[in-house]
Amino acid sequence: MTKSNKKNNITFEHKQSAHCENGVVSNLLNFYGIKLSEPMVFGIGSGLFFSHMPFLKVGGIPVTSFRPLPGMIFKRLSKRLGIKFEKHRYSNPHKSMEALDKNLQNGIPTGMLVGVYHLTYFPDPYRFHFNAHNIIVFEKKDNTYVISDPIMEGYESLSYNELLKVRYARGLFAPKGHMYWPKSVPKEIDLKSAIKKGIAHTCKDMLTIPIPMFGVKGIRYLAKKVRSYPKKLSSRRAASYTGQIVRAQEEIGTGGAGFRYMYSAFIQEAAEIMKNEKLLELSFELTSIGDLWREFAIITGRIIKNRNTIDESYDKAADLLLVIADKEEIFFKELNKLNKSL
Amino acid sequence: MKSKDVPQDDANMMQGKFKEPIYSVDEKGNYTTVKSVGWDAKNEVMKDAWDNVNNRIDKAKQDVLKGKSSPIAYYIEKNIMDVGIVASYMRIWKWRVRRHLKPSVFNKLSDEMIDKYCEVFGVKREIFLNNDLLNKEEKQINDKE
Repeated sequence: MTKSNKKNNITFEHKQSAHCENGVVSNLLNFYGIKLSEPMVFGIGSGLFFSHMPFLKVGGIPVTSFRPLPGMIFKRLSKRLGIKFEKHRYSNPHKSMEALDKNLQNGIPTGMLVGVYHLTYFPDPYRFHFNAHNIIVFEKKDNTYVISDPIMEGYESLSYNELLKVRYARGLFAPKGHMYWPKSVPKEIDLKSAIKKGIAHTCKDMLTIPIPMFGVKGIRYLAKKVRSYPKKLSSRRAASYTGQIVRAQEEIGTGGAGFRYMYSAFIQEAAEIMKNEKLLELSFELTSIGDLWREFAIITGRIIKNRNTIDESYDKAADLLLVIADKEEIFFKELNKLNKSL
Repeated sequence: MKSKDVPQDDANMMQGKFKEPIYSVDEKGNYTTVKSVGWDAKNEVMKDAWDNVNNRIDKAKQDVLKGKSSPIAYYIEKNIMDVGIVASYMRIWKWRVRRHLKPSVFNKLSDEMIDKYCEVFGVKREIFLNNDLLNKEEKQINDKE
């Protein structure tokens, strides 16, 4: 859905996206005349990843993630496209709001990090203490800020105090009033080279990090863990541990199946830009891997529903993860090879 | 996944506030997004996560009612926080928050400190200090269905 808003000389187009970081970047750049789709931003920024870190726990449950750390997509994309951003943090909350007001007076839509928990317009089941959400503020009307939140369908608004609260949420990744906006945008961008760099980076991350918790190795590592859950944990905990994987995979922002579909969309778009049939074929291959991840989610859903009956589903889930790992390994190797020849 | 296969299993997870774009392939083989209200497999894990939260809230509530912990223990769980997050909002050390979990220490806290906790938890002072009300407290979200 596309909406635009004309006032104070700012015409800001809001487009809903699956993932907040992609969405903010895509919407901000659009304002400056650079049209990049969400999958394009995601691919160039190397947003696809996999990690399983059993020692890092949230709510007592080990963290599995299908994405790099927050802020990485943004950082990589701006570097690869040569876009310079102005970035600021403020220790004094009121100063940060003053700086924002000044920006808005100058007609600069401003991106910022916020905590999700106190976002009043968010659905309750999604309000966790997650502090790396991105939104754009582009207008102030009678003490109310007009917000383009990439995961919402239309505009939202927050009062001065509400906005201040989410900008100074505390805990992990506390945003500390961080805000950013493009300082200089190049006249022409070299999309092809940026795409190549983006793909190369993702392949490297998925294939070569010499620690067993990351990339394709991480998926195999997770398979081993999942197999051991019913032996090591209570049925309740074993189910929740496995459930967290699916939450990370399907949660708001992934666009489904742990970003695999979004990345397929990127590869498809890249195939057109590069005029390469082989890339298009690879896009379909990744789509079918995404379908396997969804199968994993279905098995997990069943595990949780029947957690009080003993069954062999954990083995089935682990076996499936191993199949996925093998397929992803082949996929990224082929993608890497093809990318080098482009 | 094909566009026509994008599930629409509504479990009121988004409370009608929005639909989520899911990437899928249309009949011509092109990627597109389809808005979805939810998917059974995902709803199941979300519900399980909230069950866990609600169990922790219940347990904390019992501890407070039995006099084993101060109300802080209950409000930490109710706000899906942990000692670390509370400490950073309070701007005090974690070990101090942990100490305040003891009813004997809690009962001697200054008014100022109590007010600060109330602000962090978004609760009125008279409610915060009245444990009897805990019995009547409504349950966390997702038990509404």
